[in-house]
Amino acid sequence: MLTALGATEVMDLFADLPQAVRLGRDLELPLGMPELELDRHVRSLADQNRHLGQLPSFLGAGAYDRFIPAAVGEILRRAEFYTSYTPYQPEVSQGTLQAIWEFQSLVATLYDMDVAQASLYDGATAAAEAVMVAVAETGRQGVVVARSVDPQVRAVIRTYAQGRPLSIQELALDQDRCDLQELDRLLTDQVAVLVIQQPSFLGAIEPAADMVQAAHRVGALAVVIADPVAHAWLKPPGAYSADLAVGEGQGLGVAPSFGGPYVGLMAARQDLVRRLPGRIVGATVDVDGKPGFVLTLQTREQHIRRQRATSNICTNQGLIALAATVYMSLMGPEGLRQVALLSHEGAEDLRHRLLALPGVQAVGSAPTFYEFAVNLPKPAAEVNRKLLAAGFIGGYPLVDDYPELGPGGWLLAVTEKRSEQEIAGFAKAVAQAL
Amino acid sequence: MSTIFDESRLGRRGSELRATKTTAPAGFASSELRHELAWPELSEPQVVRHFVRLSRLNHAIDVGFYPLGSCTMKYNPKINEEMARLPGFASLHPLQPEETVQGALQVMWELQRDLAEITGMDQVSLQPAAGAQGEQTGILMIKAYHRSRQDLQRTEVLIPDAAHGTNPATASLAGFDVVEVASDSRGGVDLDALKAKLGPKTAAVMLTNPSTLGIFEDNIVEIARLTHQAGGLLYYDGANLNAILGKCRPGDTGFDVVHVNLHKTFSTPHGGGGPGSGPVGVKKHLAPFLPAPTVGRDQNGFHLVAGGPDSIGRVRSFHGNFGMHLRAYTYIRSLGKDGLSAVAEDAVLNANYLLHLIKDRVTVPYQRLAKHEFVVGLPRSIKDKTGVRTLDVAKRLLDFGVHSPTVYFPLIVDEAMMIEPTETESKETLEAFAAILAQVLTEAVNDPEMVKTAPHTTPVRRLDEARAARQPELRYRPR
Amino acid sequence: MDVPKSLLYTHDHEWVQIKGQVGRVGITAFAQDQLGDIVFVELPKVGASVTAGAAFGVVESVKSMSDLYAPVSGQVLAVNALLADQPEQVNRDPYGEGWMIEVQLADASEVDALISPEAYADSTQSAGH
Repeated sequence: MLTALGATEVMDLFADLPQAVRLGRDLELPLGMPELELDRHVRSLADQNRHLGQLPSFLGAGAYDRFIPAAVGEILRRAEFYTSYTPYQPEVSQGTLQAIWEFQSLVATLYDMDVAQASLYDGATAAAEAVMVAVAETGRQGVVVARSVDPQVRAVIRTYAQGRPLSIQELALDQDRCDLQELDRLLTDQVAVLVIQQPSFLGAIEPAADMVQAAHRVGALAVVIADPVAHAWLKPPGAYSADLAVGEGQGLGVAPSFGGPYVGLMAARQDLVRRLPGRIVGATVDVDGKPGFVLTLQTREQHIRRQRATSNICTNQGLIALAATVYMSLMGPEGLRQVALLSHEGAEDLRHRLLALPGVQAVGSAPTFYEFAVNLPKPAAEVNRKLLAAGFIGGYPLVDDYPELGPGGWLLAVTEKRSEQEIAGFAKAVAQAL
Repeated sequence: MSTIFDESRLGRRGSELRATKTTAPAGFASSELRHELAWPELSEPQVVRHFVRLSRLNHAIDVGFYPLGSCTMKYNPKINEEMARLPGFASLHPLQPEETVQGALQVMWELQRDLAEITGMDQVSLQPAAGAQGEQTGILMIKAYHRSRQDLQRTEVLIPDAAHGTNPATASLAGFDVVEVASDSRGGVDLDALKAKLGPKTAAVMLTNPSTLGIFEDNIVEIARLTHQAGGLLYYDGANLNAILGKCRPGDTGFDVVHVNLHKTFSTPHGGGGPGSGPVGVKKHLAPFLPAPTVGRDQNGFHLVAGGPDSIGRVRSFHGNFGMHLRAYTYIRSLGKDGLSAVAEDAVLNANYLLHLIKDRVTVPYQRLAKHEFVVGLPRSIKDKTGVRTLDVAKRLLDFGVHSPTVYFPLIVDEAMMIEPTETESKETLEAFAAILAQVLTEAVNDPEMVKTAPHTTPVRRLDEARAARQPELRYRPR
Repeated sequence: MDVPKSLLYTHDHEWVQIKGQVGRVGITAFAQDQLGDIVFVELPKVGASVTAGAAFGVVESVKSMSDLYAPVSGQVLAVNALLADQPEQVNRDPYGEGWMIEVQLADASEVDALISPEAYADSTQSAGH
């Protein structure tokens, strides 16, 4: 090949690199490893971790240890899915395109919204992008975000807002959910959007319909961050006229994988469709009239609109959206309701057991679904250390994010994976730790 | 193909769980609950067959050649997939106690260090979820840097006309005005145009090197000097890092901030369009602005380190796409310093060899050494005589079981085809592709209708995109 | 390419039909041909003001978007509602059903700056090839 190119050595092909910019030494990295040694090395790192299969976990706070049917992993390992790229040539990408269209259909149905897009990086960025949609739609600069929204999501909204002259206000907490009197004070005709989370980060069911109405009264849009599993039972955002519904899809068949990759869900009312960020797939026909799918409404996107694009996102979270699509297809409506109800039953069981312990108090009185907060008579971090010694991963200590709850603030999640024995054993270990 | 909604039959289930004790969640009013969820109902075999059939409608790297320029569609080693699925990684909660995730934190810490070494930067954050988010992170850090120096009049970001669309979109979303810089006749940044546009308002210059034309920007040192002299910072879009691995480091050529695409250079799979991963690296003066958390190490082990007061904050939840970090780490350990350097050599060799094989059949706008990819045009004579366009050639290629190159990008080349073979393709594959392209170009002259109506053998033929956009059908609706 | 004699034109490929103090505006046959299949037209609301030479809307094909530039200044009196559902009318009948807005002329002298059908036809012939 070099001879054909008239070169004597491969470095001739780098002759256009000025001497001054050449590295001129080896990278300071180890030599390459054959596969057998590499396999041993990486496994040895995995073995230094203690995973959720070894330690029953009651930790949630945005990522959940849920059951994933084997068929999900089997489909994800199809090389035709994971070694393809974004469907620029639809004639040879119908698998990916149809799967995304089915994903959009399932998400729109789950949230009872008109349309859904092809997915975003995660729930936090989906919320931030939804805020930008509302700002563009209303032409206003005010953003009201409930303090009961996941602190990481609030942080990402703040980061995304750094490019714009937005004014972000936090709607205060009244125990475990939003302060409704404060809401009326914050909502003015300068407000573009109200962002709430259902259930709240602390697990409480918010009066979401009333809050959405309050936002609409001042001409603001309402973004509801809606947990997809709990919404197998909860009234969906579309049923109370939310303008955008977003959420983290990790609970739908995606491994927790130390924080990612996950998948952001976004659905909206019809008339916002041209403002949505990212990919959207539409149905059409080919020249022979055969049904097929294409990327559509592409003029919203960065590769055409460049500096006038609605977002800079390039692709979507294709493979993870596929995992969620396979999961939702396997579960069906009854399966997801069962997953959610088993989780709810376990959470209710644990909540009753914990509240029976001396000094443990409820945070607020709103109903909760599968995640709830309590106040411990000791610092939550200290209790977690004792629980780890007893072989459990405890809840999320709330003190850094919600100092108003004191050092004992503790957020617990129960999924369908936790058995009655594990719940009882955990409650006993908590009693001992106190 | 029918959809999961069409295939649904009432009462079927694809997954069984143990029975619940109750029939509805306790403590809720009926008005707080939903009464319908109109999802399809399917058995496990139905679901598996549906998605396996769908998969067979896709072209993919593991199926055939995928010379999609700018996307670095290299082979995705299977060991990466195996390692990412180990329960010791896949079943970790991101908020578990640090003492239970030391192996995962070590992977992230070593990857941060390796990427800093490969790019010549001082510090790295793995948090950005994709290349576009890496750009956003980098540009927000540049904004925060100028602000921290009370240098508030820097409102412009300079971007070459050949740049990826994400560059101007990112700069604009970060609140900057985009100023386009023309390319010169050699395909590089026009230095005079750059000088004319640099000034006290310049916040940053965003560059891809090698450029989207696959050409190494040999004036890079001068560009860096001019940018810094004007008080701006230099941003490196790492889309094309594959070409210079181990040969040249952006940090040594004057860049202040880089993002790298783990899904391009470091072999993590493209997944049909994500997940990607877009770590950012910075020089010391930008380190205080990095998104948090990063991973640090002390005598007690590895720790997540919260950001300082100047950090731009979080760009996504948790610690980034860890599953992608792990695959990239496995890849870097697999190749090592010797292997990574060979990646660049083979990628550049393959690109130049393929260009050599086809150069007499196409127009070559810039007669220079190619790096990892090159841009050619459809000969004007073909287009004028037959009406065949690059799009038609791209579609006809699909009939031969190969993916088309990137077409109509960069915007500055007429009827462009951007071809990136990557280092993992064999000489035979390159020669076979060159022969297919030659055949299609011959057909374009002898039988233009064959090309204009292509593809003919794919699962569907040309789709009516106008109809899809005029009457959007974006979800299933019961008939 | 069809260039009706009864209209006036701009170098940005808009046409305008002057009737008294009202100008009806659309894009030319040449423009719609260059754009390809038009899939979406974004127009101002009735009552909005447009300024000669400034963008008043956007026309989108599958993979491109172009600004629409107002040939004349004034208040928008009417908007072609048909285009919301049938943007393809711009391709099919650019001078008829594909019209876009009607403007109450604010400055009649602006009409003098528009170009004649003959001059416009000449300019598209040289731009075409």
